[in-house]
Amino acid sequence: MSLAFTGEALSWALEQGVLEVSLHRAPCNELGVAALAELELLVPCLTHPDVRALLLFSRLDSGFSAGADLRALHAGLGAEGWVDGVRAFLDRIHAVFDALDQAGIPTFAAVHRVVFGGGLELMLTCDVVVADPSARFCLPELRLGIIPGFGAIPRLTRDLAGPVVRDLLLTGRSLGARRAYEAGLVAHLASPGKSLDLARSLARQAAKFPVAATAAAKLLAKPLPRAALDREKDLFCALVVRPEVTAALGRFVADASTRPYLP
Amino acid sequence: MTRPELLVRLRALAVHRFGPRAAGLSDDQDLFDVLGIDSLAALDLLTDLEVAFSVEIPDWEVQGATTLAGLADVLGRRL
Repeated sequence: MSLAFTGEALSWALEQGVLEVSLHRAPCNELGVAALAELELLVPCLTHPDVRALLLFSRLDSGFSAGADLRALHAGLGAEGWVDGVRAFLDRIHAVFDALDQAGIPTFAAVHRVVFGGGLELMLTCDVVVADPSARFCLPELRLGIIPGFGAIPRLTRDLAGPVVRDLLLTGRSLGARRAYEAGLVAHLASPGKSLDLARSLARQAAKFPVAATAAAKLLAKPLPRAALDREKDLFCALVVRPEVTAALGRFVADASTRPYLP
Repeated sequence: MTRPELLVRLRALAVHRFGPRAAGLSDDQDLFDVLGIDSLAALDLLTDLEVAFSVEIPDWEVQGATTLAGLADVLGRRL
């Protein structure tokens, strides 16, 4: 384990007790096999005694993350054992996201522009989120005939009121940063361009507190919705083999337009 | 707000977001073609509209409007 790492999809370094983890895979930090492998390398760092807090952010102008790598998901369609591969990928990414969610240290995220799908699900593992006014939050999975697969529904229902969760999920609309702040999806709405500065300040303050107290507080304030997370994986795998999903993924991948994808 | 007022404000927003080339846009010119707006810029535009007009607009309504006149129609229904 190293507290300084430079990878293809993410990098990290320890700064004043805060492990600063940056996402930097163009075009918008799509979460596929490469990102997952590097996130798995990050997990052991969460229990290193020198790491007192974690800060997650994107170095890309395009946004925090556009979510799962749907082109990779589509590429495997029809291959023998494809669904087993999807299930194995889900098991691995759930293990990483659960480790982030349940880390004994305080975790922070600074987000801007695109916070979609799996990127929003990654954000939801963090304890405190600071949003730039440019941030937009969206769970577009139902447009493709699937549900979010990286823990969104269990974590959202843990953290937010049902009407907001259902609006996000069932309409596939995106929420602007102001609305997300009012709904409690993010804890802070920063001034333009200042979200990382604010999140870093919060993380450095929280890093000063005894880890045992932080861990105890999180145990009570942020229980892991284990049964729902497991159920989500089952439901996702049941949906992803349906023909309408194959068709929707095919349309999405074939769409070469730079205009918004509107199913 | 009248439709002409809406169009003036929309054009000003477009100039702020996309630069002076947006100033010469006619009401019916395609924003995507003329300004080279992509899906990311369309999201920014949606945020701009929501903040400027204190209104929430579903993505597909804005993304389906490709001209200033179309955006004025969308906002006219919401304001």
